Amino acid sequence: MYFRHIDAVVTGGAASAELTRRQFLQLTTLAGSGLTLAILLPGCAPGTGTGAKGAAATGPLAMPFVRISPDNIVTVICKHVEGGQGVWTGLPAIVAEELDASWGQMRVENAPAQVPLYGNTAFDPRGTMQGTGGSSSLANSWMQLRQAGATARAMLVAAAAQTWKVPAGEITVSEGVVAHAGARQQATFGQLAGAAAQQPVPKEVTLKDPGAFKFIGVDRKFPRLDSRAKSTGAQQFAIDVILPGMMTAVVLRPPRFGGKVSSFDATQAKAVPGVVDVVQIPRGVAVVAQDMYSAKKGREALRVTWDETAAEKRGSAAIMKEYKALARGPEALTISSHGDAEAALAHAAHTVEGEFEFPYLAHAPMEPLTAVCRLGPEQCEIWAGCQFQTIDQMNAAAQVGLQPAQVIIHTLAAGGTFGRRANPESDYIAEVASIAKATGGKYPVRLIWTREDDITGGKYRPLNLHRISAAIGKDGTIAYRQRVVGQSILAGTALAAMMQNGVDPSAVEGNAPEQYDLENTHLSWTPGKVGVPVLWWRSVGHTHMAFSKEVMIDELAQAAGEDPVAFRLARLGKHPRHAAVLKLAADKAGWDQPFARQPGRGRGVAVHESFGTVVAQIAEVTVAGGKLTVDRVVCAVDCGIAVTPDVVRAQMQSGIGYGLSAALHGKITLTDGHVDQTNFHQYQVLRINEMPRLIEVYIVPSTNPPSGVGEPGTPPIAPAVANAIRAATGQRLRSLPFELSAPRKA
Amino acid sequence: MAISLTVNGEARDLDVAPDMPLLWALRDHLQLTGTKFGCGMALCGACTVHLDGQATRSCVTPVAAAAGRQITTIEGLATPAGRAVQSAWIGLDVPQCGYCQSGQIMSAAALLAGNPKPSDAQIDAAMSGNICRCATYARIRSAIHQASENLPAAAPAHG
Repeated sequence: MYFRHIDAVVTGGAASAELTRRQFLQLTTLAGSGLTLAILLPGCAPGTGTGAKGAAATGPLAMPFVRISPDNIVTVICKHVEGGQGVWTGLPAIVAEELDASWGQMRVENAPAQVPLYGNTAFDPRGTMQGTGGSSSLANSWMQLRQAGATARAMLVAAAAQTWKVPAGEITVSEGVVAHAGARQQATFGQLAGAAAQQPVPKEVTLKDPGAFKFIGVDRKFPRLDSRAKSTGAQQFAIDVILPGMMTAVVLRPPRFGGKVSSFDATQAKAVPGVVDVVQIPRGVAVVAQDMYSAKKGREALRVTWDETAAEKRGSAAIMKEYKALARGPEALTISSHGDAEAALAHAAHTVEGEFEFPYLAHAPMEPLTAVCRLGPEQCEIWAGCQFQTIDQMNAAAQVGLQPAQVIIHTLAAGGTFGRRANPESDYIAEVASIAKATGGKYPVRLIWTREDDITGGKYRPLNLHRISAAIGKDGTIAYRQRVVGQSILAGTALAAMMQNGVDPSAVEGNAPEQYDLENTHLSWTPGKVGVPVLWWRSVGHTHMAFSKEVMIDELAQAAGEDPVAFRLARLGKHPRHAAVLKLAADKAGWDQPFARQPGRGRGVAVHESFGTVVAQIAEVTVAGGKLTVDRVVCAVDCGIAVTPDVVRAQMQSGIGYGLSAALHGKITLTDGHVDQTNFHQYQVLRINEMPRLIEVYIVPSTNPPSGVGEPGTPPIAPAVANAIRAATGQRLRSLPFELSAPRKA
Repeated sequence: MAISLTVNGEARDLDVAPDMPLLWALRDHLQLTGTKFGCGMALCGACTVHLDGQATRSCVTPVAAAAGRQITTIEGLATPAGRAVQSAWIGLDVPQCGYCQSGQIMSAAALLAGNPKPSDAQIDAAMSGNICRCATYARIRSAIHQASENLPAAAPAHG
């Protein structure tokens, strides 16, 4: 994935990157020396860390990813943000497995912002960047946490062996209890933790045989660690942080993207009771007050004049019109080319054409963007559901004039992110830091984005236009020519170095030539140049690429008079995982049985790989009176080892719901550069009455290491439903969100 | 302005503007942060509390309008329906990000208090004001059915 090229970013020369490299060099120089862990442990002074002589024999066993305390609690230190996708349960499951712990003693807490120790190795194998995204948490933590659990277990066993004077090989560990039957000794992890901390850290450990797994991949009941807190109002989010003397801020931002503050009059705003200050920051003007009510009232009284010379003034209709012209024009970067698509299309008896339009989409997580900042002379603390710690440290540091290592991030639970909280400019985090700076660090500042701020605030899934011509030759070979026009997410950002030869890989990911055996293909991309800020939105490029791919393949099957599943299977010879999930979904959906022959009933299929995981979905729909109901979705997923099967099921349901929301409703439009939608009455989202009554998830058994499940459930649902609608009514849907044809009058 | 509220059975006195939304009075002035802010326009349900047992969107309820009434927040939910709902929520691992779930639970508890055996259609109608972006809706439905089954039996009608 595109994060592979992060090294180009980090060595870009910023002072922050230097610090990170120095830390990394320190680590590699000392690796294997036993002092390593002491240096890496956050807040651990030399001489008191793991392995140091003289440390208290009653202390905790404190390792980078696991802490076992004398009260017998095992705390997993989680480097990934929990945004609902289940890492707070999945990562502890891995540790519990290798430790042979009991689930009841497991807890989880978020890691501090510190690289390379807590770097995401899928982003950069050297661990230079801490963050969560690309459905990579389980994948990059898998071996790391297995090692961590096995290492702690080995140290507990060594401590027991030493204490009981028995061979380590005769010691058993089960459900949090270490025992030696012959010596009739047993102890809990908590009882051994202090002695374990005295043991040398083993350089090599044996990992469990998967055949012996009790947690990983076992479809048994072990509760999510956060369900109780989230069901009792006890779970803390950034918006819930209360610090002594804390003030609340809201920001007035330019009505058009690229606009700037020209001047402002704070007189009336400052006169609002409760308002303590009004300050200009790079993004706009902040009103700071004693509570949210006063801050909002203050903002209503603020007068700002905007300089819109550089602002984006086009509307989305005009942008789409330009994209259609670009798709017919000469300027395009060739992404891939096989065989001779032009010739094959020229000789085709019958061509299937499609021009697909995709709107801007807002993420709209339920927790509006919120961050708290407490700024002191030597450090800057940030509380947020932080998804991009290292980048956020750099950006906050730049705002307050400190070094990134002086930015302490307290990562909290995120009330949904879907990609929104990971952005190269750290928008809301940079904002809160700049407000704290502008107010002299006199008080902690809580910045809250209202829902209006969120919906109109940009960082959307890019508007996209695909122009596709496809055909089947007499010999069954496929010709597929696709032009894609859409904004790059990376261009012009701090992560622009990740582009490869001017191509943003996320713009065309999940394309047909990559996922089907197609003989004659040509894929090209024209970057759109628009001032609307864009960002990755749950499954990113796959959101639009999967739609047009699975709709076009389906129409080709129809043109050939073939069954949509069989047609695909015949072209998945080089993609056995695709074939396997497709067959599983078809089998479970009863695909080879005739479907109910009622008017308005139809079923459709889609299969797609994203982030290393392959998902097939079959949707059954009813279209009656111009109204669509998705009755049932059968979902088959291959995600490697499904570490926590119930979380996998939950993520498939979630991805389906999120994708369906976009298919039915999701649309951000602009008129003359102003975003038309402001809140959930205009930016409509899926509600419970639209959630399919039946969603069945089937997991392909696998021994491969885990790939991700946060995003892969989303790409297939819109095309599966579109194909079902076409089967039901004949309507070809070429745009999202769906606009169903009015029912024909009798 | 001095306002007297009864929140989770306790008398609480505030000095706030009478048109301050109850949501922000609870969160910013009583430090009861379990009730969430999601939209400010009664479109999403994250702010749902009970006023005299009725599910109410606190983001559009002026605090003055709540004076003299029994306000129940997620922190104080203790009715049989509420307990059954929370137990089912935990048992079925309903929450994902969890931000909407206080509101979902308050709405579900109010539903079951008035209708102990709701149909799927009645669940849809009662719960469609509560948005979940993680789309935990399938489990919300199952949890409401499970809570319904686990409600303490009503007093028998006949001897």
